[in-house]
Amino acid sequence: MEAGQASAPRNRLAVAGARATTEAMLRSQPRGDVIRNTVFAGLLLLAVGIALAGLLALLIQAFAKGSSALSLDLLTNPPSTAFPEKAGYRPAIIGSLQLVAGVILFVVPVGIGAAIYLEEYADNSRWWNRLVEINIQNLAAVPSIIYGILGLAFIVRGPLDLGFILAAGSLTLALLVLPMVIIASREALRAVPDSIRQGSLALGATQWQTIRTQVLPASIPGIATGVILAVSRALGETAPLLLVGATVFVTFDPTPFGTDGYSAMPVQIFNYALRPQEEFQALAAAGILVMLVVLLAMNSFAIWLRNRYEQRW
Amino acid sequence: MLQAESKRYGERAIKWLLALCALLSVLTTTAIVISLIGPTIGFFEIVPADEFFFGIDWTPQFEPPSFGVLSIVAGTLNVTLWGMLFAIPVGLGAAVYLSEYASPRVRKTVKPALEVLAGIPTVAIGFFAVSFILPEIIVPLWPEGLLGGAAGKPFLALAAGLGIGLMVVPIIASISEDAMSAVPRGLHEGAYALGATKAKVATKVIFPAALSGIVASIVLAISRAVGETMIVVLAAGSTPKFTLNPVESIQAMTSYIATTATGDISTGSVDYKSVFAVGTVLFAMTLVMNVVSIRLVRRYREVYE
Repeated sequence: MEAGQASAPRNRLAVAGARATTEAMLRSQPRGDVIRNTVFAGLLLLAVGIALAGLLALLIQAFAKGSSALSLDLLTNPPSTAFPEKAGYRPAIIGSLQLVAGVILFVVPVGIGAAIYLEEYADNSRWWNRLVEINIQNLAAVPSIIYGILGLAFIVRGPLDLGFILAAGSLTLALLVLPMVIIASREALRAVPDSIRQGSLALGATQWQTIRTQVLPASIPGIATGVILAVSRALGETAPLLLVGATVFVTFDPTPFGTDGYSAMPVQIFNYALRPQEEFQALAAAGILVMLVVLLAMNSFAIWLRNRYEQRW
Repeated sequence: MLQAESKRYGERAIKWLLALCALLSVLTTTAIVISLIGPTIGFFEIVPADEFFFGIDWTPQFEPPSFGVLSIVAGTLNVTLWGMLFAIPVGLGAAVYLSEYASPRVRKTVKPALEVLAGIPTVAIGFFAVSFILPEIIVPLWPEGLLGGAAGKPFLALAAGLGIGLMVVPIIASISEDAMSAVPRGLHEGAYALGATKAKVATKVIFPAALSGIVASIVLAISRAVGETMIVVLAAGSTPKFTLNPVESIQAMTSYIATTATGDISTGSVDYKSVFAVGTVLFAMTLVMNVVSIRLVRRYREVYE
C-alpha cells in the first residue's frame, strides 16, 4: 500500500512526460480528435443533465400540483370521496407507521442474524453457503409484485392463513426488504478488520463474545444505514400491498390485527392518482410531497450516519 | 492443545440460531416457487398450454375467455424497450461522466442526487409519468399522426417507458460507474501516455475493460423494468395489445397481476389461477436476468479486485 502511495506522483509525472513526448512527436492532437472529444464531453453532460432535470421536474411538478392541498387536514383527516377538499391521509399514515414498525421488528434481528452467520460462521467453500449467498442476491432483485403473490398465497391464505390483516402486509414487506438488510449488514461486518477478531480471540473470548463485544459495535453505523434504507424502501412500496389486502378506501384508524382492512400511504396516493378530478390529483401530489419529505429525511440521515461514523481502520 | 473447559452449548446454539436466520432466505425462495407452481398447474388443467404460450389475445373477461400471454408479454416488452432506449444512453453517459470527467466536487453533488432519484417511490414516478411526461412532453413533441398519434390518449406505453427509464437510470449509472472505477489506473495512464484524448480513453479503454459490469447493470435494469408495477399501472393503461407501438395504451404482466389479484377475487377461479401463471412467467424472466447479472458482476470483480 505504502509503495503504491509513494509511486503515484511519480507515475503521474511519467505519464505527463510520455504524453508530452508523444504529442510533440505527433505535432499536437489531430483536429478531428479534439472536436470529437468536445462533442463527447458535451453528450455526457447532456446525459447527466437529463437525469437531474427528470428528478427536478418530478419534485417541482409534485409541488406545483400538490401545494394547494397542503394543510394540516391532509395529515389528520380521513379520505373522502364526497368532500375532496377535506380529505386526507390519516388512516394511511397510521397504517404505514404500523407496517414499518412490523418490518423493523422482523428484519433487524433476522437480517443481522443472517448477515452474522454468513460473514462470521459460514464456510464459503461449502456449496450450501454459496447457494444461500446467490439466493439472497437474487431475492434482492425479485419483482416486488412477486412478493405480493407470495404474501397472498402463503401469508394471507395458505400455510400461515393470517387473512387480509395489516400484520400480513407487514410480513410481506419485511420479506421484500430482508435481502437488502442482509447485504448491507454483511458489507458492514466485512469492513471490520480481522485483526480485531484475532485480538479478541487471542485474549480468550469465544467467537460469540468476539462478535457481540467487538465486531457488532464496530459495524453498527453501517448496519443502521442499511436498515434505514430498507425501511424507506418498504415505506414507498405499493404493488405487493395491493395483493395482500391494503384496501384503497379505509376511513378508520387501522390496527395490526383488525380484519376490517387497512391502508398505507402509497396505496392511498395511488387511489387518489387514479381519479381524474383536479381535487384528487392535488391530493395525490400533496401525498407524494409528504412521502418524499419523509423519505428524503430518512435517506439523508442514513447517508449522514454512514459518513459520520464510518471508521477508518 | 488448548481446549475450552466446557462444551459451550450456548455458543453452538447461537450459531444454529443465526444459521436459521440465513436459512429463512432460502425458505422465502422456496415459498415463492411453491406458491407460484401450485395454482399455475391448476391453471394449465383448465387452459391449454399452447393457447397460453402462443396466443396473442388476452381477454379473460370475455365469454369464452382467451389467455394468450404473448399479448401482455408484448406489453411489458413494449414499455421496457422504450424505457431502455432512454435509460441506457443517459445512465451510461452519467456513469462515464462521473468516473472520468467530474471533479470531486461535482461528484459529491451528482451522486447523492442520483441516490435520491433511486429512492423515489415508484407510485410517485408513475404519477409523474401520467400527469407530466405524457401531457407536457410526449403529446407536444410527438409528430402528429405518426403511428396513430399521441394526442388525446390518457395512457401511453411510451409514458410508462420513460417513467421506468427515469427509475432505472440510477441503477445503470451506479453499477456501471463501480465497474469503470474498478479498472486499474495503469490502463488509463498507459493510454494517456500514448497521447489518447479523454474521449478515446473512455470509449476505447475504460468501456471495453468495464464491459461485463456495464452489461450487468443493463441486464439488472431490464429485470427491474420488467418487474415494475406501479408505473405501468398508472401510465400504460389496461388494454392488452400485441404491439410494440409506443403511442398505444397497453397492459403489462405486472399490471394484470396488480389489477386482478385485489382482495375480493375468489380463490378457485380461473382468473385467480391466471395471476399465478403470469407470475410464474414474470418470475422466470427476471430470475434468468438476475442470475446473468450476478455472474457478470462477479466476473469483473474477479478480474480487477
